[in-house]
Amino acid sequence: MEYFLSEEQKTIKGLARRVAEERVLPVRAELDETEEFPWAIMKELADADMFRVFIPEEYEGLGGGCLELCLVVEELSRVCGAIAVCYAVNALGCFTLIDFGSEEQRRKYLPDVASGKRLTAFALTEPTAGSDAANIKTTAEKVDGGYVLNGTKQYITNGGEAEIYTVIALTDKNRGVRGASAIIVEKGAEGFSFGKKEKKMGIRATATRELIFRNCFVPEENLIGKAGLGFIMAMKLFDRSRPGIGAQALGIAQGALEAAVDYTRQRIQFGQPLISLPVVQDILGDMATQVEAARALVYAAARTVDSGAKNVTEVSAMAKVFASDVAMKVTTDAVQVCGGAGYMKDYPIEKMMRDAKITQIYEGSNQVLRNAIAIELRKRKARTE
Amino acid sequence: MKVIVCLKQVPGTTQVKIDPQTNTLVRQGIENIINPFDTYALEEGVRLRERFGGTVTALSMGPPQAEAALKEAISLGADEVVLLSDKAFAGADTWATSFTLAQAINNVGQYDLVICGRQTLDGDTGQVGPELSEMLGIPFIAYVSKIEEMAEGQMRVQRMVEEGHEVIETSLPAVITVVKEINVPRLPSLRGIMKSKSASVQLWTVKDLGVDEGMVGLSGSYTKVVKIFFPQRVCQGEIFQGELGSQIDCLIGKLRDGGLV
Repeated sequence: MEYFLSEEQKTIKGLARRVAEERVLPVRAELDETEEFPWAIMKELADADMFRVFIPEEYEGLGGGCLELCLVVEELSRVCGAIAVCYAVNALGCFTLIDFGSEEQRRKYLPDVASGKRLTAFALTEPTAGSDAANIKTTAEKVDGGYVLNGTKQYITNGGEAEIYTVIALTDKNRGVRGASAIIVEKGAEGFSFGKKEKKMGIRATATRELIFRNCFVPEENLIGKAGLGFIMAMKLFDRSRPGIGAQALGIAQGALEAAVDYTRQRIQFGQPLISLPVVQDILGDMATQVEAARALVYAAARTVDSGAKNVTEVSAMAKVFASDVAMKVTTDAVQVCGGAGYMKDYPIEKMMRDAKITQIYEGSNQVLRNAIAIELRKRKARTE
Repeated sequence: MKVIVCLKQVPGTTQVKIDPQTNTLVRQGIENIINPFDTYALEEGVRLRERFGGTVTALSMGPPQAEAALKEAISLGADEVVLLSDKAFAGADTWATSFTLAQAINNVGQYDLVICGRQTLDGDTGQVGPELSEMLGIPFIAYVSKIEEMAEGQMRVQRMVEEGHEVIETSLPAVITVVKEINVPRLPSLRGIMKSKSASVQLWTVKDLGVDEGMVGLSGSYTKVVKIFFPQRVCQGEIFQGELGSQIDCLIGKLRDGGLV
């Protein structure tokens, strides 16, 4: 389908595909097995300028927007959903800084992110605060010259590997989420340590760890924007980043569709290739249609974000919900049409099915996001009455 | 350090067809690429610049469309690119090619090292590198797999030989050809691609080189391709049919008839 991408967007997508096929494909199965963090691939992505895509030009980036980021994430995910997350999380980790940080903060951190020298991560989730994100307990107590952090963040992607963390913590316990603030914490800060690396069902090459703060002092200048706006910043961040999860889901689904077509063309049953059987065609036809619909929605949502539209909660939630449900359905169907081979680790399809599942869960579970969409519907209706 | 890398645009396939009328390759509908061995030469040049500073100039002789290969070279790290293109250069054998490249290299001016791929995918002769060094009157080392040391006017390299490696020291400037073991060529970067799109490729013709037309192209060539043909297939395999036992009998019979057992 024609999506009217610019020459530059086509270049970005094309190079991301080359990196994925030439550098990621040969190692994806091994990385999935060993759960090793893909430092060599991160270097390749940095050399190809992929980390520059989402950083403004003033800070040594290429000034791309949500759509450009989505194109890279889609292409990486088409080959490996895990590598794509190791990459994309860096955008999540520094968007708050880009949108609300001071000039000094941006100058200090963003060029290093652009060059791939330092990875970033974003930390909101806690043992008591998953879908109930407002229930965070980590505190950042104001002291002379800075803040002292105490508490534990859970399931943090790139945890332990990243060097720059945007942490949401309560600077005013008594005000609940209105007392939350976004604070930069660098790896190596005293009192900042990591929990064990989680073992996961999918996206296994990503690193997921607890961040543990025990009287961890950070200087005043690490506060992003104003104190008390941390939760609002986080919600704005997710509005902007959710199309990226949609792109991850889309890429995984695209990869599964292609793998299913390849296999069903080769596999002979009842004297003919599987793809000639109407029952298989029925499934493949549905898969392809769903993938294309997901792409149209993800790109459209990304473009809406890039247009500077004021409220993108609804569209970005829709893109994430739809694409992730498509990814789960399409990868499950891909395993189904490939039968026993689809279930075996010798083929990439079972990994795609495992990788797809997380896209329905993180950055707002699909149920929470459906609620959010419905709330927007209600608000809009109420405004017209 | 100034490095000159010679590269050639070649058809990106081994499934070439030959036009029976003209005895030349049918290039229509085939995507052109940088000769794969030359990408190792370019990568090594760029790495030397990253280590020691200086510039990398990529040089190519070919038709106007070879500009695309040179633009790609910019995306892969070349600082300057020069295309040698002129109707008079057409039909050159390796001698005339090397002569033209050597003139162009002299035209570039002072340099420390010339790097070529070990051979091309299409011509496959592996002659241009060594011929070039003869014409430039400087040392030559073939099949270099590692540049061990580089100092003022001097270099030590490893080259691949049949059963191991030779370590050779040479004065500079010199010409080397490299093998694929020397490095893993990088992929282009986004900034490199964007730079290459707006970059200009210098074009040099016979006039720019200041050479006699009779020394280049077909007229400057000592060899001529008289005929190109696919070898006739003389042996045909035979597939035995029937029961396994009778197939084995058949096979043994054939071997006996041929006096092989």
